[in-house]
This record gives sequence, C-alpha cells and structure tokens, in this order.
Amino acid sequence: MRNKLLEVKGLETTFFTDDGQIPAVDNIDFSVHEGEILGIVGESGSGKSVTSLSIMGLIPSPPGKITGGQILLGEKNLAKLTDKQMQKIRGKDVAMIFQEPMTSLNPLFTVGDQLKEAIVIHNPKWSKKKAFARAVEIMKLVGLPRAEELLKDYPHQLSGGMRQRVMIAMALVCDPKVLIADEPTTALDVTIQAQILQLMKDINKRLNTAILLITHDLGVVAETCERVIVMYAGQIVEEAPINEIFNKPLHPYTQGLIKSVPDMRFKKESLYSIPGTVPKPGTIKEGCRFAARCEFAMERCTQETPPLYVASEQHKSRCFLLDEQEVAKRDESVIESGRVEEIFSN
Amino acid sequence: MTKVLLRVEGLKKYFPINKGVFNKQVGNVKAVDNVSFDVFEGETLGIVGESGCGKSTAGRLLMRLLEPTEGNIEFAGKKISELSNKEMRKARRDIQMIFQDPYASLNPRHTVGKILEEPLIVHGMGNSAERKKKVLELLQIVGLNEYHIKRYPHQFSGGQRQRIGIARALMTNPRLIIADEPVSALDVSIQAQVLNLMQKLQRELKLTYIFISHDLGVVRHISNRVGVMYLGKLVELTASEDLYAEPLHPYTQALLSSVPVPDPAFEREQLIISGDIPSASNPPSGCSFHTRCPFKKEECSTVIPKMQEVKPGHYVACHLYDEMQH
Repeated sequence: MRNKLLEVKGLETTFFTDDGQIPAVDNIDFSVHEGEILGIVGESGSGKSVTSLSIMGLIPSPPGKITGGQILLGEKNLAKLTDKQMQKIRGKDVAMIFQEPMTSLNPLFTVGDQLKEAIVIHNPKWSKKKAFARAVEIMKLVGLPRAEELLKDYPHQLSGGMRQRVMIAMALVCDPKVLIADEPTTALDVTIQAQILQLMKDINKRLNTAILLITHDLGVVAETCERVIVMYAGQIVEEAPINEIFNKPLHPYTQGLIKSVPDMRFKKESLYSIPGTVPKPGTIKEGCRFAARCEFAMERCTQETPPLYVASEQHKSRCFLLDEQEVAKRDESVIESGRVEEIFSN
Repeated sequence: MTKVLLRVEGLKKYFPINKGVFNKQVGNVKAVDNVSFDVFEGETLGIVGESGCGKSTAGRLLMRLLEPTEGNIEFAGKKISELSNKEMRKARRDIQMIFQDPYASLNPRHTVGKILEEPLIVHGMGNSAERKKKVLELLQIVGLNEYHIKRYPHQFSGGQRQRIGIARALMTNPRLIIADEPVSALDVSIQAQVLNLMQKLQRELKLTYIFISHDLGVVRHISNRVGVMYLGKLVELTASEDLYAEPLHPYTQALLSSVPVPDPAFEREQLIISGDIPSASNPPSGCSFHTRCPFKKEECSTVIPKMQEVKPGHYVACHLYDEMQH
C-alpha cells in the first residue's frame, strides 16, 4: 500500500442559512495516496465540490464552515489552520483547478503575470529571471506551444482548451503533492476533453502528483482514475477500485447510476432510470438517504442510517444489504422457501 | 419507403461582422453553410457536433426563429422557407421546440397552467374548458400531477421543469419536435428519465424528433440516424449503428474515440486530434477539417468536398472516399 498523502477524517461542512443548518458534507472519511488518481463522482448537490473546497480552505464563510473532523496533510490539520497559514499551503502543497477556466483567470493580467505571481508568493527569494524561466518550463510541460509569446497574452486571447492548460500550469508551478481537479473538463468539447485528460494522466505519471478528480461523468472516471468514491446527498456511499465499481457495484445508487448512462458502443432498448430526484441537503435526517429511491429498500432503511460496510479490503458500501444479519436473513429465507418447495414436491 | 416529413436543401445562415465607424460589413460568420438533409416521418434524427459547429443555429433556422440566408425548407410538402411571418406562425403548430435550459425557457411569472395553455390560445384551439382538459391530460402524460397546475417554475426541480417544457411543446399536437440539448443541463439519473419519456411519447404519439446534442452517448441512444456537423457543415450522415460501428469521416472517428466510455476494461486506439476548432468567421479553405485531419491530402486544402453517398444511406463529405464513387 502506498503512503497516505492526504487524509480526510470525519469531515463535516455545514452551511448556516436562514432556513437553518444545512450539512452539505456529512462525516466523510477518505485518503489520497501518493501518486494515485482518485475520483469522486456524484450528481449535483452530492457534496463533491464542497469536499474539495473544504480541503482547500475555500468554503465561503459565512455561511459555510467546517464544523467537524480533520483534514490531515502530513502533520498538519488543514481544517484548523488560519487563513494566513493556509495561504502558504495552497498552491504549494495542494493546488486546485476549476471547471470554468475563463472565470478563474484574471482578465486584467497576462498569463505570464498570473503564473509568476504563484511562483513569487511561494519563492520570494527567486529572481525575476528565474521565475520567468520556471514559467516557460511549466508552460512547455503542459503542452502549450510558443510559451514565451503566450506568457504575454491575456486570457481572452486563448481558446478554452488552452486556458485550461494555463490553469493546470498555474497549479503545477510549485510542484504540489496533491492536485485537486474540480470538473476540469466539463466546460470543454469532447475532443479537447480528451487532450486535457491525457495531459492529466501524463502529469500524474511524470511528476508523480496525486490527483483528486471530481466529476459527474462516469466515463471520465473510467478512463482516468484508479479508485473511485461515490457520493450521494453529502455522504460517501461507496468506495472501490475502478474495476470493481464498474463490474461489481454494491450500492444500489451506484448500480442505478451506471445503468442509466447511455453507452455509445451499443444501443439499449430503454435506459434504466432511478425514480425520483436527489433530495435537498439536510432534508433527510433519519435512515439511508437513498431509501426513498431504492428498489431494495427495507423497513430498516428508513429508520437507521447504514454505516460503511467493508466488503473487501478496498471496497466499502453504505448499504444494509451488506450487513451480516441481512445476509443471514436472506439465506434463511432461501432455505425456508426451499423447504416449502420440498413439501410441495412430496 | 417512409415518407419524408422535412426536407432541407442548401440551408445557409451567415451572420455579418460589422466593424469601424460606419459599421461596414467586413465579413461573415458562416454559422450554417450549405446543409442538406431529409427527416423521415416517425424517426429521430440526431445532430451532433462540438460548440460552435452550428447545430443550434440549424435548429432555429428550421423553426424560422432565425431567417435563413439561403436555402429551402420543405415541411410536409409545404415550403416553409417562403412563408410570411403570419403564415409561419400557423405552421409552428406542427413544429415545436424543446430548449436546453428549462430555467430560461419558462416564464417565471406564469403558473404551469398558464404556460401550458398559452400555445393553445395563440393557435386559437378549443374553448376554455377544452383547453383546461388538455392541460391536465398533458401534465399526466409527462408524469406530473394535477396539483402542479397552480405552481410556478421555480418550485420544480430541473427534471420536472424539462417535463413542463416537453408538455408545452406537445400542447398543439405537433408532428415534428426539435429538441435542442434537452438533457444537457440534467443529472445522469434524471437525464435517463427524460430520455425514456421522450421515447415513450414518440411511440405513443407518432412524433418525429430532431435531437440536437453534443453528447454522443445520448444521441446514439435515441437516434435512428445521426448527422455530424463541423464548422457549419454537415460532414457525415448515416444510420446510427453504422456511424458508431464504422465512422467514415476522420472527424467523426476522432470525435467517437474522444468520448470517455464508462467501462475501465474497454481498450481502444484513441485518435486524439490536436489543436482547436478554427473560427467560423475565418474557416480554413477547402475541407474545413483539413487543419486538424491526420489523413490530409493535397486537394483537401483547396477543394471543398461534396457530400456523397458512399454506401446505401451513408453520406460523407471527405476526399478520402472520392475514388469509391467512381
């Protein structure tokens, strides 16, 4: 097993609004290992973006606040750091790229200025020349041609794909150990998306940067990640290596999600669809949050909250179907029904 | 042979670029450039392409929400490209549209009942009681409830709002529905619900769809035939199975190999094309894809390839298949 770089323990992020306290992320645990690509998938409102913003200390406050748990990066607990301390870590140890490259670049500064800003903040002793050389080097690394000239351009002069490459360059400029990518390709066209995903895989291999990839697209996950976390309504519902999640999904939500994606390789007669809609955060207080939409829901599911059951060393699922009691009960009922048949056959 | 419901010939839309003190026209954005296709009764024709390829403009031209620069649109034997605005209004009873963003396309100040009734009033269909009955009937068909009639759009979720959009499009009993990215704003689990609903409605009401989308998986799922657009031009058009099994145009091949497949065990040769889509105001000469094409020949940069039928029902605009014609 590789070393844990980043460990999230019992993280709770709550938004304090006029309608009361809304737990956007509720008690989640996971860790990012050295050099891996870990995916977090979920639909809108599942808490995947809040998770990443919590790690970066970027939750808008007020109304949001980390109300519990730890985010451990080495010795440090990021959840407890002050803004000033966090600034030293952001960009250096953990960096982030966002969905919309146009709104996350400053339109008033050239690409070069913005790249050098990141370098200078974290290396105040570097000369201008050294910072410029580093900027050029990193631009070449992310596959941007004519790096020297591009540094003088403004963001609006670049295409969407190039802007996202600049964002990645900015994130990598101080050699972070962990890169958080929040829907990095959602705003891009498929052919450009393929280029950017390829680039992220290259970076992961060449620089051994661990990547936490947040996305709603199961296709993107299948193509890039080694491990996946599935989130639903602020909780982790399943965690598994990539092959297991697609071949042997354990949680009914994951199963439904995989079945409802149209696959372009073959035509399905009709798509499976999960009934109902994603509940608003904080509306379900008791029981499993997926129970109302689940075809296997039992009485117990609406009363108790299921814990994360460990199915195998790396595979966890938050579902009572994995509970030993339930498994035993099901076996029993099979045996019983078997007996009934015996009686009838006699 | 099935009947042709909509025939499009040489459709063009050029947007002028004006510049300078006198606002002189200095060029054109060729948003849709010489596009021709037929839509058969009862089928779903998918139109795919990346942003800026002109697929949405094409959809709007068919509805005459935009005036075409050139070209013929024939709907059920009637040339709708020549109709006056007043006549066109009447014709829209048979052609309706579903839009991408159900937030933006429903009036926030009207109740669902009013939103749904409006098309009937516009087209002078039925009296008040009949209209009310029809509204209730359609709410039920798209899976909403009677009590929803008094609610406002903001009280619904994204998926429900798209159902309202679909119900509104169906109010006038149209024959053709143009759906412009109808599921792009929805989550996967909701997307599947809406796609299934659209398919069910098509079977029950014998609808014809033009389904515009950037998502190849979705288009593959719902379409009988698919047209691929690049920089304002249709580059390939064929039955959906053929397109996915055997794409002929290099752009289609690249597009298909770029789509992430939700299966980690799936291995394929990826054809990742470099570079970005050129600007439509200054498209490359000859074949507009030649700047990114891995199989470029000499003539590609000078001669515009014609759409030709390479196999029965399989049309492609590419010089690689010129010999196969002769």
